[in-house]
Amino acid sequence: MITTYLFGFLSFLAIMFALMVVLSKNPVHSVLYLVLTFFTIAGHYVLLNAQFLAAVHVIVYAGAIMVLFLFVIMLLNLNEETEPHKSVWLKASATVAAGLLLVVLVGSLKGAETIVATNKFDPNIGLIENLGKSLFTDFLLPFEVSSILLLVAMVGAVLLGKKSIK
Amino acid sequence: MSAIEVVPLNWYLMLSTILFTIGVLGVLFRRNAIIIFMSIELMLNAVNLLLVAFSSYLSDSKGQVFVFFIMAVAAAEVAVGLAILMMVYRNTKSSDINVLNKLKW
Repeated sequence: MITTYLFGFLSFLAIMFALMVVLSKNPVHSVLYLVLTFFTIAGHYVLLNAQFLAAVHVIVYAGAIMVLFLFVIMLLNLNEETEPHKSVWLKASATVAAGLLLVVLVGSLKGAETIVATNKFDPNIGLIENLGKSLFTDFLLPFEVSSILLLVAMVGAVLLGKKSIK
Repeated sequence: MSAIEVVPLNWYLMLSTILFTIGVLGVLFRRNAIIIFMSIELMLNAVNLLLVAFSSYLSDSKGQVFVFFIMAVAAAEVAVGLAILMMVYRNTKSSDINVLNKLKW
């Protein structure tokens, strides 16, 4: 019973914070609300028995990516006064379009059959032991390729960030 | 006790759909390139949440491995994307996407 309430509470917080990301005027506030959204999503991961992913999510997203966002916002010196805004007309049409997308998606998922509960849920698949085994046996090649991807991204970021390219 | 036993999978479907739609709303609603970028992160996270939910409900760890890879790709994407944004700001002195209309028909 308490898990259901916890799910509802976390979902409510996630949706509220996500809305605040979009609607808040100050970009720094948007980043901070996004960090809170990521924490609620990490809570959902814990509820779903994915403890390792919850830890990685907090470290990578809330720890690394959002700090990068915050750094860039502070480097660019963005604040409420310099914030560009769309016209009210465009904002209204954007809201209507997103609402229609929500209606279409919810409507198409409404009739989806739910997975039959087999009562044989394995609570250990989210632990690092099982994930590591699967990562280093079935997914060894993608794992190594992703390291090359990170290297390429690092080189690209440094190259783009350089003052002038001769 | 975990959520798998008491919460139906459809609720997670709905939650992910709503979060994804909020991400789409952010992309359509704002003009600041950084906020649009953050909305894209929000959409990625909605999909990640759904992948974890399906993987837990089916007791299959492959979905969680996929989420792991998506996180690595998202980190790379953010690093390159923010570097591009810095370049754009250096050349145009703003983070407004309406300034970048050279390729517009």
